[in-house]
Amino acid sequence: MTTLTDPPAESFKLSMLIYDTRYRAITFQIMALIAFLTLIGWLISNTAQNLDILGKELSFSFLYEPAGYDINQYLIDYDNRDSHLRAAFVGLLNTLLVAGMGCVTATVIGVIVGVLRLSNNWLVARVMTVYVEMFRNVPVLMWIVLAMAILIETLPAPSAFRGDTPTATMNFFDSMAVTNRGVYIPEPLFTRGLGNVSVGGYFDISLDLLAVVAVLIAGFYASARIGKKADATQAATGVRPRTWHLRLGVVVLPLVALLIALGFYLGYPALKGFNFQGGTYLRNSLIALWLALSLYTAAFIAEIVRAGILAISQGQTEAAAALGLRPRRITSLVVLPQALRVIIPPLISQYLNLTKNSSLAIAVGYMDLTGTLMGITLNQTGRELETVLLGMLIYLAISLIISTGMNWYNSRVKLVER
Amino acid sequence: MSDTHAETVAFVRDTMLPEKAPPAAHIGVVGWARINLFSGWMNTVLTIISLLFVGFVLYEILPWLISPTWDGASLTNCREILAALGDDRGACWGVIRERWPQLMFGFYPADLYWRPVLTFVLLLVAVSPVLFADYVPSKILWFSMLYPFIAVWLLWGGTIWGPISALFGFVVGFVVFRIAVRFIIPPLALTVGVLAAVLWWSVLGPALVPDLARLVPVALAPVQSREFGGFLLSITIGVTAIMASLPIGIVLALGRQSDLPLVKSICVGFIEFIRGVPLITLLFVASVLLNIFLPPGTTFDIILRVMIMVTLFASAYMAEVIRGGLAALPKGQYEGADSLGLDYWQAQRLIIMPQALKISIPGIVSTFIGVFKDTTLVSIISMFDPIGLSNAIRADTAWNGIYWELFIFIGAIFFIFCFSMSRYSMYLERKLQTGH
Repeated sequence: MTTLTDPPAESFKLSMLIYDTRYRAITFQIMALIAFLTLIGWLISNTAQNLDILGKELSFSFLYEPAGYDINQYLIDYDNRDSHLRAAFVGLLNTLLVAGMGCVTATVIGVIVGVLRLSNNWLVARVMTVYVEMFRNVPVLMWIVLAMAILIETLPAPSAFRGDTPTATMNFFDSMAVTNRGVYIPEPLFTRGLGNVSVGGYFDISLDLLAVVAVLIAGFYASARIGKKADATQAATGVRPRTWHLRLGVVVLPLVALLIALGFYLGYPALKGFNFQGGTYLRNSLIALWLALSLYTAAFIAEIVRAGILAISQGQTEAAAALGLRPRRITSLVVLPQALRVIIPPLISQYLNLTKNSSLAIAVGYMDLTGTLMGITLNQTGRELETVLLGMLIYLAISLIISTGMNWYNSRVKLVER
Repeated sequence: MSDTHAETVAFVRDTMLPEKAPPAAHIGVVGWARINLFSGWMNTVLTIISLLFVGFVLYEILPWLISPTWDGASLTNCREILAALGDDRGACWGVIRERWPQLMFGFYPADLYWRPVLTFVLLLVAVSPVLFADYVPSKILWFSMLYPFIAVWLLWGGTIWGPISALFGFVVGFVVFRIAVRFIIPPLALTVGVLAAVLWWSVLGPALVPDLARLVPVALAPVQSREFGGFLLSITIGVTAIMASLPIGIVLALGRQSDLPLVKSICVGFIEFIRGVPLITLLFVASVLLNIFLPPGTTFDIILRVMIMVTLFASAYMAEVIRGGLAALPKGQYEGADSLGLDYWQAQRLIIMPQALKISIPGIVSTFIGVFKDTTLVSIISMFDPIGLSNAIRADTAWNGIYWELFIFIGAIFFIFCFSMSRYSMYLERKLQTGH
């Protein structure tokens, strides 16, 4: 006879916290939490002690004090009586300006180079490979400094444009001057401008610009509607109406009408005294930074584009051809939508890199966020903790916004699998 | 039978015709050019444009490059040499001849140049068993483990007992871990081992080193960190960050994939924070803030501070690359490891990591390349890496106005390092390729 005994009643023992997998996870997490909090506490207490020794206290009130320094390029009104906060904001706008310009040119160059690298023309493919490898394998800071050096050393000084026999002349029918101080290009002006609108009393936005942007958006929206309608007609009748002249018209005509109504004209730069006056002045530092960042990032984008196109298997193209699609339709309906899905996520992280690399502006004296908040403001106020932390937080916010956008896009275009 | 066709067919060939040569337009240089360069009007136009471009660049650059100005003592002197030869354009290579020791070693004492050179040669020896495992005996790995201590001693000099004490800390930690692991579970034993090592480094080691140094005075002439510069600085920071970021990155990636929500969120927070800010802000932290975060009175070397921040920066990127490798691994591999009864660490060590790391080789190497290039950013916090030195040289009256020569030289050296790293990663990928 055998007697079945109950398994021993489980009683909780302290050792189970470590040896029992049910509790172990909790034990480890609590240990990790304690270690983490200890580390944070240690850092904070050190910081407090150090600040105490230095006789400083953590305060952001310096942001509202007058900055007292000039910024040589500003998108919103600024002078040295404005606060540090406004200086930082001017710097942030400069960062966004160069980052936006860089992203556009880098994409254009990168796509062209990426496609040409796949060209079956041996020579073109090699030239593009040399470009990509040359830019990818050399630090971006060197390209920035080199671009700045070339602009300063090789271009003529404004004085070279002066006199009866000038050694330098303006380009494009006297509308553009390239000097070693920067480039002067014509600026858009309006005789019957609408003036500015003040946003909360902090800065002004030109109503003319807003009007142009609004008309453009409306035009593109109308154009898209016409395209949709053409699609519907094609689906219903099988014949696609000719729409390109309509679509072009709704974009261009209202814009031209608006520009005429506002009295649009171009203000040309002209040599007055020792320097050029009038026109839009693009500083050397901006151009050097923009060129170097675009060319450097374009090399990476070219590789991304190439990889994206190569990722679409030959079978897709062949199958589309077998369905009777014409080459242009194969590209636009079959290859591009799939290639874009591969290309877009790394492309956006390149945009992110470009934005972060724009902080190297400080090497050529372009006054971006790093140059204002973490540069001059830091040196003038001696508030290294606050300025650096604030600067990091702003960059972090930009990155998080861009990467949130990327995730949203990713989830939208993701292949829905079973 | 055999002559069935004898009357109907006049001639039957019973041998193969000899092969004819392909048409002249499809072979040789002409054929190659027709296929690859002139296959259509579009290609022809592209080819002509590229030929003109390449020709123009070579025509402009070659005579400029081959310019006999290696003896020029200043820019004006170079121009005089060129003018005497009747040449109006040409590079001024005198700047490289005069300044190349500086571009290589910064302000490192000239009579001690053998030390960085030896360190670099030993570096090649130390990484050889890792890079070329098939050709180099694996016993050299022991040397690789000792290498960091030897390198620190050679570069910074001072008494040999400092590096030995640091090394001994690791030995203490390891021995304590091996003893402790018999009694308690590995993670706790590891903690105990680390604590023992920290105890050695912070208390016992510093107490013993001065006495040992007095008893057995083996020392090299000490070199200050601010004397480091040029490529010596770039390579020192770059190699340290590269070596240290891989293990930290693996740990962070595992933490991010972990089932423990708290560990996971700490890792995610760290990675996203570091990846969200530019490296230059982290270098500002290294130069102005790190001393505020540490106990009052702690001051340590600026190079070490920069190394720490660059390592943290590289680790976050490395973690994301390795996470990509982990995610690309089929779920079956994880389940297979579980079904074999392996525990977490065994599964990671034997099944997951070897495959995940192999998948992520291209990403890992491009992170390495990125880190090495990013070491140039230290010039912004006034350290004299090659870019910082180039600014100093261009500010010198003798060389004021020179830029191409300097940047071509610096760029070429960076190119050689980075390009060979990327070629090596391609070689490694091919070698480890086990698919079809």
